[in-house]
Amino acid sequence: MPELLLEILSEEIPARMQRRAAEDLREKLVELADECGFAATVSAEDVQSFATPRRLIGVVRNVPRRQPDAAEERRGPRVGAPDAAIQGFCGANNLAPEQLEIRETSKGAFYFAAIQRKGQDTAEVLASSVPELVYGFGWPKSMRWANTALRWVRPIHGILCLFDGKAVPGGVEFAALNPNVQPIHLPFTNKTVGHRFLAPGSLAVRDFADYRAKLKKANVLIDFSERRARIEKDGARLAQKQGLTIKPDPDLMDECAGLVEWPFVLMGRIDEAFMDLWPEVLATVMRHHQKYLALVDKGGNLASRFLVVAGTRTRDRGRAIVAGNERVLKARLADAKYFRDQDMCRPLEDYVPRLDQLVFHARLGSMREKAGRLEALAAIVGAAMPGTDPMRVRRAALLCKADLVTQMVVEFPELQGAMGGRYAAFGPSHEDAEIATAIAGHYAPRGPGDKCPSDSLSVAVALADKIDSLVGFWAIGERPRGSGDPFAMRRAALGVIRLIVENDLRVPLRSVFVQARDLYGKTAKELDERGIGDLLDFFADRLKVHIRDRGVPHDHISAVFANSRSEQVREDGLAGEVDLVRVLARVGALGRFLGTDDGADLLVAYRRASNIVRIEQKKDARVFEAALYDPGLGDGTERQLSDSLSDINAGMTPLLEAEKFEETMELLSRLRSPVDAFFDRVTVNVDDVDVRENRLRLLARINAVMNEVADFSKIEG
Amino acid sequence: MARATASKPSFQHLILELQHYWAEQGCTILQPYDMEVGAGTFHPATTLRALGPRPWKAAYVQPSRRPADGRYGENPNRLQHYYQFQVILKPSPDDSQDLYLGSLRHLGIDEAMHDIRFVEDDWESPTLGASGLGWEIWCDGMEVTQFTYFQQMGGMECEVVSVEFTYGLERLAMYVQGVDSVFDVDWNGAGMTYGDVFAQAEREFSAYNFEHADVDAVARHFKDAEAQCGALLALVPPLSLPAYEQCIKASHLFNLLDARGVIGVAERAAYIGRVRALAKGCCEAWLSTQEDGA
Repeated sequence: MPELLLEILSEEIPARMQRRAAEDLREKLVELADECGFAATVSAEDVQSFATPRRLIGVVRNVPRRQPDAAEERRGPRVGAPDAAIQGFCGANNLAPEQLEIRETSKGAFYFAAIQRKGQDTAEVLASSVPELVYGFGWPKSMRWANTALRWVRPIHGILCLFDGKAVPGGVEFAALNPNVQPIHLPFTNKTVGHRFLAPGSLAVRDFADYRAKLKKANVLIDFSERRARIEKDGARLAQKQGLTIKPDPDLMDECAGLVEWPFVLMGRIDEAFMDLWPEVLATVMRHHQKYLALVDKGGNLASRFLVVAGTRTRDRGRAIVAGNERVLKARLADAKYFRDQDMCRPLEDYVPRLDQLVFHARLGSMREKAGRLEALAAIVGAAMPGTDPMRVRRAALLCKADLVTQMVVEFPELQGAMGGRYAAFGPSHEDAEIATAIAGHYAPRGPGDKCPSDSLSVAVALADKIDSLVGFWAIGERPRGSGDPFAMRRAALGVIRLIVENDLRVPLRSVFVQARDLYGKTAKELDERGIGDLLDFFADRLKVHIRDRGVPHDHISAVFANSRSEQVREDGLAGEVDLVRVLARVGALGRFLGTDDGADLLVAYRRASNIVRIEQKKDARVFEAALYDPGLGDGTERQLSDSLSDINAGMTPLLEAEKFEETMELLSRLRSPVDAFFDRVTVNVDDVDVRENRLRLLARINAVMNEVADFSKIEG
Repeated sequence: MARATASKPSFQHLILELQHYWAEQGCTILQPYDMEVGAGTFHPATTLRALGPRPWKAAYVQPSRRPADGRYGENPNRLQHYYQFQVILKPSPDDSQDLYLGSLRHLGIDEAMHDIRFVEDDWESPTLGASGLGWEIWCDGMEVTQFTYFQQMGGMECEVVSVEFTYGLERLAMYVQGVDSVFDVDWNGAGMTYGDVFAQAEREFSAYNFEHADVDAVARHFKDAEAQCGALLALVPPLSLPAYEQCIKASHLFNLLDARGVIGVAERAAYIGRVRALAKGCCEAWLSTQEDGA
């Protein structure tokens, strides 16, 4: 069956937007196929999309030449409705009254119109639906050009739209903002162009296979993964010749594959005079500013070579390109060296007062003020880690932001933290090594994949920095909403969670938040107990996300969070604390318990008990209270269960308090045999009203005792 | 360029060739605006002409001042005074990219020998209330031009979109001449270097910008310029061009105060807001003078 091929040729699309755009186009084409009635032959696998710096490409296979006919039935007025209503219905559907059918429905007899829609030629359908797709396509950032009113990521130059080997009739119309200016009409064609420099001529194509092959000959690889694989392969080959390997950097590799239509990988040298720059400085200059791939030797050291992914092949096989890039890198590195030498004329401490000039947030004051708060807050947090020297924590916290006003960081903001650490350790600062490490590491972890510091100084400063930001932004109402999280509060909260959990710290979050707030003075006075409670709720949510991401089933998490004893965040009042480590230990123990035979069996018993109680309560319209169970009324089996429940309940309390969750679960598993025995031998709904009621109360007690450990009703599956 | 001086064109030759090329493309070749500005965009030939529906094509050199960027002539890549070559085409032609690439070819930067790429870089001027989308143009990894489709000016959406090319002339010259320090750039092909022309000025102006500019006087001048601008805008009809000069003046004075390090955090944002308000007023006033015959 025929295929539809669409290519929108534009000026250079930002690398970071291409893959998302291709995915969006694919979805739009699936929708289009659906809306045009092609769903019978076009499945999702028939739709493919690609993007290059200049093209957005989509192909849809198995498109019928003609839209299938469609039958539709519309209900009209009730039989016996006023004539005008019936006439109106006929008019709207272009039918005579005698063409209407009468049908009985559950609501009475109605007139029905059976409408046969003849399928149109697909080419005609596409002539109107493809332009709509273009007009409705969204970009993260778009622009107008010349007189156009339409927005696109960059100016569009041509649209290849081919169906069944022929250009689709019509085209796209760019209306001008000013109605007096002629709109621009861009017709659909069967033509495209090759590589901007290597094959700029026009190419006519028949179908997708032809398109792809011709473009490949014209130095355009339409598939991102093909471009990326080529960079990887060619890069590795060049590196290997020098006994080197590419320093893995998937994001940069992706970006390079988005900057060219055909990658030409070249190797350049780094002037040895700059190899004494710190590796992070070299890497930043190369990566962020020049997009060069770094190379390492067998020992993992940065080599004095780099790879550049050029977008074109030159007559001298890239010699001038390499020479030019080497010169640019040299100038950049000369700058960096100059900044380093200037910055190191004075100790890091001297930069602290200059933080006055740097705004943290318009409503939260300057970085100098922040540094002051961090000094105090880091010491508070540090107290949770035995053996931490408060003086050194304070020192590291005071200095941790100082590098923000050094020339190097002003020029290369990505180096924040790293430079502070280097400057602290060397030159006139001479801070001790642990303080330097803490300064360098205090932004970590920067995301789920980033390493989490473990030395107490780094952990204290890292926690203080994030908590200060969270509390401050929370106080001024800058909280994350939906997809909007401009101050990366979610990342900060995740950082706090990971720092605490991975280092097994017992940090009383509520009181730390209160102290952090108080350090802001008047600025954060708006943050009352309720606000702090909200912030703790936010943490609870982030914690759920965090452990879910680590493969813990969400229902286990809910069971622990909903559990009546202590962990909940919302209802814990002023005295309550949130202890992340404890929550996690409990979730872990619950998971392991449910994995045992005893656990699975008890879960079944729990559900059976709660179902019976629920049904009978509904029937009787009253509640059977566990606490009112009377052990004197029961028979032997019943008493055995009730005794076990009492024993287990009594034994559980000290275990939970001592946070011995594994032991708690073990204890709970002893409930299995008396519960099973009870269900085997005892009938609950007997005629004796009192006995029945008492047995229902006993069932309620099973649930109540088990709920002490976790809310088993939240467990799914 | 492929002319006599093909191998290493001098600084002045680059300028002459760019002027020549853009004149051939129908641009009106203007001269620098005779005031201190932070970038070529501040020239009224760009800022004001980008507004409204009238077509416009111009090219000019603009000396630009960034007081905080001075390094006493000690840094091989930093200057507090440098040159931009500015081109504005309105409406942005369909072949904007080709026209631009043609200018590089004209300078001897042949795409058969060099790697020229368009790397996303959107442009914004908070003081002008202006923004646009476009790229940095990389030539063998060197950023040689800012290529921008204006979207907003003076806080207003551009009715007709202009394209702006801003060539960093010093960088371009360093690149084509293959020198590592801006001060070694050959100025005229006859022994004069960029350092001969500007090294002393860089030293003296850095000292002025960072140490000796009279802070109180500069702050006063800022207020005077602001007041004068307001007064000119309040006239009926407003005097948009003289008002805009006062706006440019205020903008530069703010940069000077900033370099002197006397503007606090909160003040900084306020200053930018004040300049933007002036720019917006001037843009609106200028548009109001353009209404007939548009």
